[in-house]
Amino acid sequence: MSAAIECNGLAVGYGGHAVVGGIDLALGAGQWLAVIGTNGSGKSTLLKTLAGLIAPIAGTAAVRSADGSPDRATVSYLSQSHEQGFLLPIRSRDVVCMGRWPARGLTGRLRGDDQAMVDDAMGAMGITDLADQPLGTLSGGQCQRVHLAQALCRRADVLLLDEPTAGLDAASRERYLAVMDSERARGSVVVTATHDVREAQRADLVLVVAERVVACGPPGEALTAEALAQAFGVVISDATGPVVIDPHHGHDHHHGPGSPHVHGPAPGHQHEH
Amino acid sequence: MDVLWDPFVQSAFMQRALVAGIVIAIATAVVGTITVLRGMAFLGDALAHGVLPGIAAALLIGIPSVVGALAGAAVMMGGVAAISRRTRLSSDVAIGLLFVGMLALGVVIISRSDDFAGSLTDILFGEVLGVTWTQIAWQAGVAVAVVLLAWLLRRPMLLMAMDPDQARVAGYRVGLIEAVLLGMIAITVVASFVVVGALLVFGMLLAPAGAAALVTRRLGSMMMVAAAIGIVSTYVGLLLSWHFDLAAGASVVLTAVAIFFIVAIAQGLMPSRRPHPEHAS
Repeated sequence: MSAAIECNGLAVGYGGHAVVGGIDLALGAGQWLAVIGTNGSGKSTLLKTLAGLIAPIAGTAAVRSADGSPDRATVSYLSQSHEQGFLLPIRSRDVVCMGRWPARGLTGRLRGDDQAMVDDAMGAMGITDLADQPLGTLSGGQCQRVHLAQALCRRADVLLLDEPTAGLDAASRERYLAVMDSERARGSVVVTATHDVREAQRADLVLVVAERVVACGPPGEALTAEALAQAFGVVISDATGPVVIDPHHGHDHHHGPGSPHVHGPAPGHQHEH
Repeated sequence: MDVLWDPFVQSAFMQRALVAGIVIAIATAVVGTITVLRGMAFLGDALAHGVLPGIAAALLIGIPSVVGALAGAAVMMGGVAAISRRTRLSSDVAIGLLFVGMLALGVVIISRSDDFAGSLTDILFGEVLGVTWTQIAWQAGVAVAVVLLAWLLRRPMLLMAMDPDQARVAGYRVGLIEAVLLGMIAITVVASFVVVGALLVFGMLLAPAGAAALVTRRLGSMMMVAAAIGIVSTYVGLLLSWHFDLAAGASVVLTAVAIFFIVAIAQGLMPSRRPHPEHAS
């Protein structure tokens, strides 16, 4: 299995209005692209466009199998928000199982290997113990892990994850990063949207967006203090690299030990998007 | 215990009413479950009213009322889609307007007919005691079709209720399935109006499914519990109507709504099986 994502002069947006334009990308099997920017910067819009949920405003976005077959590659998409208020108290494991439905069509029963993939994904995200818990009773972080497990057990060629680490604690974050390594080893193409510089530094490629492409390249080249300042407004650095103060989230994104004590911008300092 | 069985042993029209009611309870349970999970209750109600002018026009020009009802439902659906797409108004405004407009149009058309009062009451509140075996046969056909479609489309329908984007990315043809779903609601409403009437069919769509949602965890069991509640409501409602000389269709719907409230209140008294939202961070 291998897949590729290719974007040429891509502009993404809603209702004919581009949020971000001029995106040129070429991603091959096993590569991880982190799209980084504030809320409203256009990173979710880009992921939705790659998922085929909205049409490009201009340019092309091709998500295809790299072996030359004309079929669109299988895509797994984790949306930014999850409907937790679903009426039925559906079990967590059943939610994860939905990730296997596309492989079995409308009515095909899930087979033994499907169940094994579900178990694997739940184990990888550390939610095996939550299997019988109704989704609505879980905390935000637990719910996020259930949806991540659903996206993982699809075993798709392309993973599009919108803020996958939202609400995750430190241990879950580590599990997630380990999963990203094994997904890349499996040959999948991964695109994540994040506002976490430390997470973006683990990726192969970083696209910094702020309603336009600020920088694009390997983390070392793209995640410069200058680019981050343009994307986020406030940046300071410590010995381990740039630390971003995201005015839209009101807290810093330095999660390592010994982070310097920093204050966000004064109230009222907000970018309008 | 003759009181409980006699009406259905002695009277042929009560037998037919019971059979028709059971068939309709099954169809409305399936469609009602999807309607409730999707939060489409208002649309279901609007459809029930949308069929009215169609039925009235069919009576006036002498074609089968089912044909007219389906045409009315189609106009209603098309109108809602067109208004929501072409204007900035949200679909509830479109549904609300068409809902009232179609009801008024129906009454205007019926007022042209000779037997104004009689046919209006039948259409609005049903004539379950006058149902024929032919009508029951085609209601059964609708029930079978609805159950089969729901079984076939259970995965995309559940995904669409939880997260429409996921359903799309999973490769399901969401637009087509949506149209099938609206069609299922429409034919169920059309099949049911003979039994409980165009105004009351909404109760059969919502009450059993709503009660079932409170006590079940899965799609299939929600549909089965809803069907059971609908069947019990039919039996109890018809029995009450026989013994106390009450309007039959309305008694059935009233029983279903009463069961919903009894279940909801019992739920409120029981220890909650779902923690409140503050549990989620």
